[in-house]
Amino acid sequence: MIKRRRFLFAIAALLPVLAIYAWVRVMPIAEILRLSLHRWDIISKNKPFIGLDNFRELLGDDLFLTALTNTAIIAFGVLAITIPLSLAIAGLIHHRTRSRFAGVWETAIFIPHVVSLVPAAMAWKWIFDAKLGPLNALLANVGIAPRAWLFDPVWSIVCIIVLCSWQALGYAVLIYLVGFKNLPKSLYEAAELDGASGLQRFRFLSVPMLKPITLYVSVVTLVSGFNVYAQAFVLASDSQGAPGRQVRVLVLDMLENAFRNYRVGYAASEAVVLLCIVLILTLIQFSLLRERRRS
Amino acid sequence: MTVARQENSARHENEAMHGSSIVDATGAAPRMPMRGRFRTRLSNLAIDGLLAIFSLAMIMPLVLLVANALKTPAEMLAWPPTVVPDAPTLANFCAVLGDTPLLRWIANSLLFAVLSTIAIVATSSIAGYILGKFRYRTLSVVFVIILATAIVPFEVYMIPLYFQVQKLGLLNSTAGLLVGYLVMSFGIFLIRQNVIHSIPDELLEAARIDGAGELWIFFRIVLPLLRGALGALAVLAFFQAWTAFAWPLIVATSKDAYTIEVGLALFQTGYTVDLGRLSAASALVLIPSVALFVVLRKNFVEGIAATGLKE
Repeated sequence: MIKRRRFLFAIAALLPVLAIYAWVRVMPIAEILRLSLHRWDIISKNKPFIGLDNFRELLGDDLFLTALTNTAIIAFGVLAITIPLSLAIAGLIHHRTRSRFAGVWETAIFIPHVVSLVPAAMAWKWIFDAKLGPLNALLANVGIAPRAWLFDPVWSIVCIIVLCSWQALGYAVLIYLVGFKNLPKSLYEAAELDGASGLQRFRFLSVPMLKPITLYVSVVTLVSGFNVYAQAFVLASDSQGAPGRQVRVLVLDMLENAFRNYRVGYAASEAVVLLCIVLILTLIQFSLLRERRRS
Repeated sequence: MTVARQENSARHENEAMHGSSIVDATGAAPRMPMRGRFRTRLSNLAIDGLLAIFSLAMIMPLVLLVANALKTPAEMLAWPPTVVPDAPTLANFCAVLGDTPLLRWIANSLLFAVLSTIAIVATSSIAGYILGKFRYRTLSVVFVIILATAIVPFEVYMIPLYFQVQKLGLLNSTAGLLVGYLVMSFGIFLIRQNVIHSIPDELLEAARIDGAGELWIFFRIVLPLLRGALGALAVLAFFQAWTAFAWPLIVATSKDAYTIEVGLALFQTGYTVDLGRLSAASALVLIPSVALFVVLRKNFVEGIAATGLKE
């Protein structure tokens, strides 16, 4: 009787939450999979099932392929900067845990991760600005010719990578710091007794032992890199908002197909590609972790 | 791993640290020659210097942005850029507040973020508690579904969600914005882990034997014990909604409905605006959120750190 009452309570309490969850999560995810297999344009009445045709079209779509390449370059670029830098910074901060400044450094490095994206991007837009920006002024002092950083197809991507790394770094440092704190103390004392220098302890103890954390941070960084949008939106659009100037990224291309070209089914297939990328990254992470645990 | 456990390990570490310093004082530690100790101190100084420079470089863009907001157009072009303006002026702030409904956008964002925080804390605490303490087979199926959908990024399913909101006629409203931010899978995990690790079954059983109802137990025993975790979750949820971009951009398309992020982003592309006003508008958003972060730093760091330790 009492058991039955408890079960009923659990169901009654959980049901509203589950209903909301199903409505705002499960349903749209199912819907995106369904849409991707249909020719679903807002303006046309019939929306036939077309199998994988959308995906076939994506393979020959230059705009999509540019977007995919740009996004991948940004994601891996951010990864290449963030991981080594955050590992080194976290190692240094951890080394100085006892100093009263450790908290200050931690906060300062973390602030770019929490501040609103658009104002932060605005600061960088000014830094990179061709005429007013301090970057060109600085380079002029060393005798390097000024450049229109945000209007150059290659440099604008580099600028986005810098902005994204600046934001991602704080998170990575924080996660690494938690990792450092959980490393076994005794091992370090033993290494110290054996005469290992700080650098050696970092290189041969910390780095290998933090591998699971590196794996986790890498996947998180890559996934958020593949979802980059706001940064590209703010940095790489000129004052008239000309769309041709924007660095094309995956989410931008998707939204443009859905809301400017009214091709929702086609946009859905792009979303599914994004989903597949995320799934593959997550699977790689889990399988590597499992392998490690087994060995 | 839970926040509670982290705190535990931090405490252990503290003990270990104190322990080692005692050892140092009694001289049982490996004796270091004077020169070695001097070199350690020197290297520590160098590391502090390096970290100071790096930290400064990290916040420099934001500092300069705020400085720019207070400068006259002439001073903004000066090289090297001044950190403290020579002749600070509020002209940029006045101009931007007159040009744009900035305060309205900030109010929209605030309302959206507060409501989203309330919704996420409520749904996460209920679902986390039930999934953590009530072990039925049906519920583990539910948990697997939540786990599986948790890895799908918002950007993937926001287009169908947009049409759901449109069908309800909620575009350009706070309610419409809220639809995307009612639940947070990570929040459910976080509360579930905390429930499992920090609320003993015996406590709940004892309350039940004393005749307490399930609702009373949830509000009077469970929620107070989860205060720390709920605080961390609330801060995360608030900042998540406050900084949301893609979703408000497609849902709120009329000028009055913009959130501050969308308003700012479109304000800077819409027409040619001068740097001073842009900086002033940005500073107006930055200063309160940095201040809020510094105040709530502990909660925030706890929550973020917990994201990295899903087991």
